[in-house]
Amino acid sequence: MSIQTHAPGIATLATRLRSGETTAAGILESCFEQIALRGSELNAFITVLTDSARAQSHAADREIAAGRNRGPLHGIPISLKDLIDVEEVPTTAASAVRGHRPALHDARVVARLREAGAVIVGKCNMHEFAFGTTNEDSAFGPARNPIDPTRSPGGSSGGSAIAVATGMSIASIGSDTGGSIRIPAAACGVVGLKPTYGDISCEGVVPLSRSLDHVGPLTRTVGDAWILYHVLAGKALPADSQDLSRAPINLSSVRVGVPRAYFFDKLDDEVRACIDDALARLATAGVRVRDVNIAHAADTAPIYLHVCFPEVAAYHAQTIERCPADYTPPVRHRIEAARYVLAEDYVRAERGRVCLRHEVDSALDAEDALMLPTLPVPAPPLGAATVPVGDSHEPVRNIMLRLTQLFNLTGHPAISIPVGRTSAGLPIGLQIVGRRGETPALLRLAAACEQALQA
Amino acid sequence: MTVDAWLQAALADAAQRGLPELKPILEALAAATRALRAADWNDSASAPPPSVKPE
Repeated sequence: MSIQTHAPGIATLATRLRSGETTAAGILESCFEQIALRGSELNAFITVLTDSARAQSHAADREIAAGRNRGPLHGIPISLKDLIDVEEVPTTAASAVRGHRPALHDARVVARLREAGAVIVGKCNMHEFAFGTTNEDSAFGPARNPIDPTRSPGGSSGGSAIAVATGMSIASIGSDTGGSIRIPAAACGVVGLKPTYGDISCEGVVPLSRSLDHVGPLTRTVGDAWILYHVLAGKALPADSQDLSRAPINLSSVRVGVPRAYFFDKLDDEVRACIDDALARLATAGVRVRDVNIAHAADTAPIYLHVCFPEVAAYHAQTIERCPADYTPPVRHRIEAARYVLAEDYVRAERGRVCLRHEVDSALDAEDALMLPTLPVPAPPLGAATVPVGDSHEPVRNIMLRLTQLFNLTGHPAISIPVGRTSAGLPIGLQIVGRRGETPALLRLAAACEQALQA
Repeated sequence: MTVDAWLQAALADAAQRGLPELKPILEALAAATRALRAADWNDSASAPPPSVKPE
């Protein structure tokens, strides 16, 4: 097992790069060593950009030596989920449908990473077209959990989570339509941020469901996510808090709501115990924790399906008519089924979505954040159709999406941070949800919680 | 169109297109559609306003 969550964060690496203690080329080579060590076993990457990454790292070293400072990402190796366009590199979306045509332009987020001096390591494996939570259905084969390779790394940004957890890249950029950043982050023991809807551009990113799609970072720490968020959103890092760990907020002024009804109804026993323990430790650290209610939370899945499916169907209709056999069968069948949703039910779902958004806003009126598990279960075994939860067995896809998809419907920012392990060593994630439009405030709160829970 | 009628039509169409594998997905979608239509924020041309206002 090679999990590197205690490796230095981006702010520390940036300081070391400027002091000459390390080099961008050296950091990149350590990533390549990890890729050589476990890349094939875990199937984390679809494309490793060896030559161009080396050229970028040498250029970064020359610029840094010449005194040109592009910021904390300068010389830092970053990987990308393979639905994000990189000029002259194929964007496969983990599907045979896309062929090997290279992208004509960088996605907006890639352009921002380049401006910040980041080194693009490669393109990560994912669930085909981001339409799944396990990373099993990929034209390039399944990705595997780095803690237990017989298990799923979560998805759809599974390769990204593996890359960060193992040090194959310092951070990764993924996308999240129902939990696809937060779920693999929780399953692999790293941090995953879905910002407020619209904070980060999806231009040049293959869509799944445009009104639910979010782009965001997977990182080792919340401080790293803070840096990536500002770069990806095109926002200047606040001068007084380039390193978030040095500017913590006071937890005794923080109010947290815990939506127990629905969100705690179907949980693995060890996940429940771990999350309750984390909440108790935060209360001991001064956080005021109380239960809140989201009245129509149980309607989330029906609403989500009837919003997501028509948007998926519209994007894939022509292609699935032309080359259905080029999709993996499970993804093809879900896309085909999505085409049957009636317009009147889509309209009902959009109305329900407004109701849910209002209820989450109301729950946050008197709270700074909501806290709940990210995944109700530890990473499931690859190939499992159902997983045990208490006395019942639940379909894998439904249970993995259960606690995250609400915040794609409502657009609230949400982050998963690792808070513990099961007795088998599988990571458990705590999900923290902030107010819409206040992603930076959520990150500050999450950083303080991360520190308190590590103490 | 009722959910039952929709499901029968969808299953028949899928079978005619050589896609019997869609049956469990369509049945799950039908269950979700029933739940969606039963939600109390829905309004109706002949009924009083819904007990829950979306906003």
